[in-house]
Amino acid sequence: MSDFRTPLGKVRGSGSARDGTEHFWRQRLTAIANVPLVLFFVGLLISLNGEGYDTVREALADPLVTVLMILMIGSAFYHMRLGMQVIIEDYVHGEGNKLALLILNTFFTVLMAALSVFALLKIAFGG
Amino acid sequence: MSKNTAMRPRPLSPHLSIYKPIPTMLMSILHRITGAALYVGTLLVAWWLIAAAGSPEYFDLVDSFFGSFIGRLILFGYTWALMHHMLGGIRHFIWDAGLLFDKETSTKLAWATLAGSIILTILIWIVGYAMR
Repeated sequence: MSDFRTPLGKVRGSGSARDGTEHFWRQRLTAIANVPLVLFFVGLLISLNGEGYDTVREALADPLVTVLMILMIGSAFYHMRLGMQVIIEDYVHGEGNKLALLILNTFFTVLMAALSVFALLKIAFGG
Repeated sequence: MSKNTAMRPRPLSPHLSIYKPIPTMLMSILHRITGAALYVGTLLVAWWLIAAAGSPEYFDLVDSFFGSFIGRLILFGYTWALMHHMLGGIRHFIWDAGLLFDKETSTKLAWATLAGSIILTILIWIVGYAMR
């Protein structure tokens, strides 16, 4: 069978979904980053179990902790946006609903990330 | 008449209910469910951080929720979902490398994911309470 792809399309290698392997690649890239970052977060929560307001704030205000937490939020939340996108694309078939949910997915993720990062910065810079 | 043909529902491929559940399939489904649960769980992460950035009174309120029986139950489930999703992800890395694809090994790996997630969750909680 003959190949109907244009030379440009072939070079771009984006396929019928028009974004190539970018989604897959970002999912894996954030997954790799998530392993150490999320384990760090779990470790932090273990060390703060039963601690009060002042100790928790002091721990979160540590520069290394703040930066690692922001990286964890960025990587994990981006990863979950990609994952939820796949779930929506798999189960929601009406174009309108699908588009609305995909937009909401991005809004929710960005909102959660903004709130979390703002809270971390407020603690770190002494709000 | 041609419209009639277009209106007829398209044939669908057989769905989940006709397959006998096998370990790899169950872990794949659990991977998606835990992923979706963790998505909702970010509300808790954001809530906790906002509370820590707010007043001591508000932090105590949120802290007492997480410390309650329901709160601890949710956090325990959250821990398991996180561990299961993480081990499931590591399993995907192994498969990405083209390894451990054969039937027997992939089934063992599926059970290992489940067992590992439960063991890690219990370990985390034991360490958490021991450090208190």
